[in-house]
Amino acid sequence: MTSEKTKKRLFSFSRKQLCIPYAVFLILFVIFPLLLIIYYAFTAKDGSFTFSNFVWFFTNPTPIKNLFSSMLMGLIITALCLFIGYPVAYVLSRLKSHRRTILLLLFIMPMWINFVLRAMAMKELLSFVGIFGKHDYLSVVIGMVYDYLPFMILPLYTTLIKMDKSLEEAAADLGASKAKVFTSVTLPLSAAGIASGITMVFLPSMTCYVISKTYSNGKIAIIGDLIELWFGSGGNWHYGSVIALVLLVIMFLCTLLTGGFSGQGNARETVL
Amino acid sequence: MNDKTQEKIIELIGLTRVFEDGLVAVDNIDLYVRKGEFVTFLGPSGCGKTTTLRMIAGFDKPTSGQILLNGKDISALPPNKRPINTVFQRYALFPHLNVYDNVAFGLKLKRIPTKITDKSGKTKIKEVKLDKQEVAKKVEHALKMVDLEGFERRSVSTLSGGQQQRVAIARALVNEPEILLLDEPLGALDLKMRKDMQLELKEMHRKLGITFIYVTHDQEEALTMSDTIVVMKDGVIQQIGKPTDIYNEPKNSFVADFIGDSNIFSGTMTGNRKVRFIGKVFDCVDDFEKNEKVDVVVRPEDIFLMDEDKGQVKGVIISSIFKGVHYEMVMKVGKSEVVIQSTAQRQVGEKASIFIRPDDIHIMAKEFSDNKFEGYITKHNTVCFGDGEFECDVTQLYPGSFLDEEGYLITADGNKIDLTDTDVEVTVGLKDIEITDNAEEGGAVGNIVSIIYKGDHYQLIVRTDENEEDYVFDTEDTWNENDRVGVIIKKDKIRLALKQEVRR
Repeated sequence: MTSEKTKKRLFSFSRKQLCIPYAVFLILFVIFPLLLIIYYAFTAKDGSFTFSNFVWFFTNPTPIKNLFSSMLMGLIITALCLFIGYPVAYVLSRLKSHRRTILLLLFIMPMWINFVLRAMAMKELLSFVGIFGKHDYLSVVIGMVYDYLPFMILPLYTTLIKMDKSLEEAAADLGASKAKVFTSVTLPLSAAGIASGITMVFLPSMTCYVISKTYSNGKIAIIGDLIELWFGSGGNWHYGSVIALVLLVIMFLCTLLTGGFSGQGNARETVL
Repeated sequence: MNDKTQEKIIELIGLTRVFEDGLVAVDNIDLYVRKGEFVTFLGPSGCGKTTTLRMIAGFDKPTSGQILLNGKDISALPPNKRPINTVFQRYALFPHLNVYDNVAFGLKLKRIPTKITDKSGKTKIKEVKLDKQEVAKKVEHALKMVDLEGFERRSVSTLSGGQQQRVAIARALVNEPEILLLDEPLGALDLKMRKDMQLELKEMHRKLGITFIYVTHDQEEALTMSDTIVVMKDGVIQQIGKPTDIYNEPKNSFVADFIGDSNIFSGTMTGNRKVRFIGKVFDCVDDFEKNEKVDVVVRPEDIFLMDEDKGQVKGVIISSIFKGVHYEMVMKVGKSEVVIQSTAQRQVGEKASIFIRPDDIHIMAKEFSDNKFEGYITKHNTVCFGDGEFECDVTQLYPGSFLDEEGYLITADGNKIDLTDTDVEVTVGLKDIEITDNAEEGGAVGNIVSIIYKGDHYQLIVRTDENEEDYVFDTEDTWNENDRVGVIIKKDKIRLALKQEVRR
């Protein structure tokens, strides 16, 4: 009797089984490499367990300096994206629907164009106005802001468009001026979108070394470059793994921090 | 409270709002509200009631016209500068704030001009915030008023619909506005809760003495709560009055139909305070021109059902439904159906008669634009109506249909239909009827009973003998009253529609 029951269960198709392909993918390409990184981070060249790689990272000025400069650059880029993106998203969300669709498309369209092509085009533009090649940092910042802006606008727009407009009317009705309506209602209620936007811009802008390399002609190295170096020409997977692991922890903390704001429904889900 | 001498708190003058797509939401309305009054804007959705409210609140700017508050035009003032607060349809509570902070929202923004003496001894007028204790006291008081003491720290998302509604009311009232606007505030509540809240709101209004402007599409709610009801349709005010006036003396058939249940019949004035409808002449109390086409409204509860020989008109009961307090019965009188409410039931199929008192017959002027008849299709695919028989195009009843050789109708889907005895509604325009001296030529025969000169043409009424059916039409020819004539209507001028089942 029991065997019949288990047989039945084996062949009955449940919704959970739809996850199997992804589970396989997850194990092969996420969990397994992660375990490898952890293994390399905690072992020496001969395979014995050691903390020496971490000691190297935290006592050596180069990787630490690099980490902080990368974080600083990420912060600058994220802040710029937020300051440019929020007003755009706000205005877009307040437009009449037919005009809104077209304008939104204009802002999102860059995302559809090949990433490398986009970067090359921007590089040409920057060299035309005389920034590229002379001011590397500025060049990288402008290029990255250009590349990541849509990732900031979209989650903000989604949050703002979903917001009940009568809440703003209610605030005005209760005596709030236009500025006060914004600071006391619109802004706090779009916190989830801001958090999403920040995560979507800050983390990749710290690590995506291809973009920074393109815009600075390889003169500005961010933390991503360092990982590439150790896994590539540097030839020390143990050092590379430690940097990757430290970055992972930072990202996890970032997500934890911003996730705290997005209590009111996560805008990230609806973005892509 | 309805004392005529009381001052107007708000006055709308020629208020118009045209939306960007050209829709006229509010069309040149004039209205005033007295201080302390409970006024309700009532109408179906899209009638402009909410737009009017939004313009008073300041969320919407009028296209033209003025909004006077205590005699001063406020139409350019933003909402935060108006001493008016709103209770929103879906409450619009701030989800990121708890109950206390929601209610205190307005108070924390409030600035009170206060005289302040600075160090050098000069007195200045300074805008001062309310201090924390004062805010707390007011919030506490407001929450007590709506029975939500102890809910201060609760998140608004954990509250039930009724509780959210109360928070919304407290949040508005705590600011002590001169006018409280309520936009269908009870729409999302269940029936029982709605009834309770209606009484509570009414009680709050009585206690506070401030002006309430209430928007609803629920006629019962309007009748229960209001001092004055403003009935709106298509951006235009249909009637303004006390609930009893609106109910008992509706100005037109729209108001009659919208407020309460009513029978609306087309009638014709037959003489001084006499009106003919459902095939019988009744005495009435309204005076209209003889032969004028009118709408006759009779409330179902104003019709008395009697034994067959005792009343004014006979008929047969065709439906009888128990409604709790009363039975709602439909009686067929000739071709018309009369809805009657009574506590005594009569069975379906029973023959009975009705009696209506002259006082209960409400007569309203009617904009007459088309002749409307009830008729049926014959086996020759002609149509009988108005005591006559006319040729017609029956294929218009089913789009895309045609007649086969045997005279059956083939629909667009290929179904074969025998139209014989199908009930139809017939519409004939005022310009589509001709008459002839040769009575035999016409589809119907009658006498000219009325000739009215309308400036460049005459409007004539031809009345048939048997059922006294009237044909109204315009002509430029001169005729004499009492001429016996035949009525001719061209085949393509007869508009037919399948008769809809009577809703009630």
